[in-house]
Amino acid sequence: MEAPVAAAIQVSGLEKRFGAVVAVAGLSFAVAPGEIFGLVGPDGAGKTTTMRMLASVMRPDVGSIVIDGIDVLASPEQAKQHISYMPQRFGLYDDLTVEENIRFYADLFEVPRTVWQSRAAAMLDAADMTPFRKRLAGQLSGGMKQKLGLTCSLVHTPRVLLLDEPTTGVDPLSRREFWQILYSLRSEGVAMLISTAYLDEAERCDRVAMLHDGAMMYCDTPAKLKEQMPGVMLEVVTDDPRRAHDVVLGLSGVRGALLVGNGIHVHVDRRDCCAQIAVALQAEGIAATDIDAVEPTIEDLFVALLEQKKTGASK
Amino acid sequence: MRWRRIQAIVVKESLQIVRDSRSLMIVLLIPLFQMFMLGYGVSLDVQHIPLCAYDREGSQESQALLHRFSASPYFALQGLMGSYGEVEHNLDAGQCRLAIVIPSGFSKGLADAGKGTVQALLDATDSNTANLAANYARAVVTNYSADVQMEFVQKRGGTVQTLTPVEVQARVWFNEDLVSRNFIVPGIVALVMAIVGAQLTSLTIAREWERGTMELLISTPVEPTELMIGKLFPYFLVGMVDACICLGLAVFWFNVPFRGTLPALFFTTGLFLTVVLCIGYYVSVAIRSQVGASQVALLLTMLPTTLLSGFTFPIDQMPMAVQAVTYVVSARYYVTIIKALFLKGAPWGELVLPILCLTLYALIMVFFASRAFRKTLD
Repeated sequence: MEAPVAAAIQVSGLEKRFGAVVAVAGLSFAVAPGEIFGLVGPDGAGKTTTMRMLASVMRPDVGSIVIDGIDVLASPEQAKQHISYMPQRFGLYDDLTVEENIRFYADLFEVPRTVWQSRAAAMLDAADMTPFRKRLAGQLSGGMKQKLGLTCSLVHTPRVLLLDEPTTGVDPLSRREFWQILYSLRSEGVAMLISTAYLDEAERCDRVAMLHDGAMMYCDTPAKLKEQMPGVMLEVVTDDPRRAHDVVLGLSGVRGALLVGNGIHVHVDRRDCCAQIAVALQAEGIAATDIDAVEPTIEDLFVALLEQKKTGASK
Repeated sequence: MRWRRIQAIVVKESLQIVRDSRSLMIVLLIPLFQMFMLGYGVSLDVQHIPLCAYDREGSQESQALLHRFSASPYFALQGLMGSYGEVEHNLDAGQCRLAIVIPSGFSKGLADAGKGTVQALLDATDSNTANLAANYARAVVTNYSADVQMEFVQKRGGTVQTLTPVEVQARVWFNEDLVSRNFIVPGIVALVMAIVGAQLTSLTIAREWERGTMELLISTPVEPTELMIGKLFPYFLVGMVDACICLGLAVFWFNVPFRGTLPALFFTTGLFLTVVLCIGYYVSVAIRSQVGASQVALLLTMLPTTLLSGFTFPIDQMPMAVQAVTYVVSARYYVTIIKALFLKGAPWGELVLPILCLTLYALIMVFFASRAFRKTLD
């Protein structure tokens, strides 16, 4: 992992415990200006805790965080001027209108009136939210709430944007619009740290860090991470994925299998395992309409890498 | 400290208060309700004490004495008993608090020896009322015997100038009619203000935690002091409206005489309100749930104000240790001030000490409240 020059976010040796539970265990990474950096991992991997420490709403036990050249632990309030944080749970006021929420955050960050007004107008326009300016935030759809959250976070032109699972429970269309806004911020040099449970979303990031039990397993571009995966990913389309899953796991040359939407993803050593799987499924009377090699997703990768790490550790 | 951020919080809180119309109604109706309930309910005056009489003689003299009792506003004659058993039963059943028993030789004793005895049986479960009842009964009997004596002397052709060589001419000041409501109602104003004031702010921080808005709020550069001022200011206005309701009811509905000056009243009320708002705010910071915070705030304000402020029990009658405790009860100072303002019309000069104490109290509370909040999830 190369540290970018003049990183917008520089984290090293970050640790946080809650009693006996280690939430974050020695995390180090750097995010460059204009970069979208993804934090991926299962629940309890330490994504939210990491976000909170970076937003300085929680203090780490050990480690250092430097954001835009400011030591966050030494001067958290100064750092907050340059950070924008969107917590996992909707943090705006349901009983205030869209406009009142934006104004509240603009005032808290002391953004000059003319600046935030034109900025907010442009952002609301881009997000198709201008007609809802007078609507109470509590009466917005999930997608609009998140877009409003993003608008409020961006009203003070932060250098660093921290987004904790921003698109959870958001419809696909709003998700796409949301990502369009994020892409547009790259050119403004905003460093973005985004945690997500959707692994397909992680593939849109410039770099991805995979967290497991509070530690970083891998950190690279999505493409390079995929290269890390030895073997081939096969997609088996079937009506009975659960049984198929159990059947293929017993076969030689199969490294792992994962239930997906329309069947299973089978991680195999070689491509020619195809025939073997087809035969085995047929013997069990499971109809497989299609078996073919596919580009592995980050989710496949995560499971495969975790598997690899476990077998490596046990040997 | 930035004015713009304070202003932002003031605007935000005010909008939330106004939009939550149900809570706003409660906030404005509760003082009204409490004033009426307590204003009518709490009375230390003892009148119409239920009385039973057992007249074992049935003479003209005994009838005359009983008539004195039934004519007195302090007693309400419930009935004439036929036996001691009946008297006992009535006392046990709570039908009467006082029983007067006139023995059979009553009029004879008066005529012969100039001396008669009546028995009074008291239900002293409520010692205060029993004490008062005994005193009133004694007064009735004393009056009666004075008249009997006078009659006796006159019958013999003598003249009587005065029966009592030395007499106390009591003149009651400040509460001329000795209406207990006149000194209780100002105390109730303090009680209602304490309860409502702390309730108002006890929810303000806890609500942000419960609704999940706090995490975002503490990620902004807002300072704890700014947050406190911004949050307390709108509630101060609401609290002052409540104060006007309470004070208005006291003067115009309960007809408690107001002899002080309005500036003094509003200044001290503002100070007291600041104290209770800060208590509520402090509790809200410490306890992150709305229900919990509201309960604790109620406990912290209602109990000391009721028991230790001098509102119901006079402080100088308390044991020394308890008296010492009353100095940390802010309501003690406000109750002193408000009673003095209402009944005595005390000038500023006389109230310097309690006002100074209350001011100091308010400053200390503001100081602690402003430092109470920590911008962290830990």
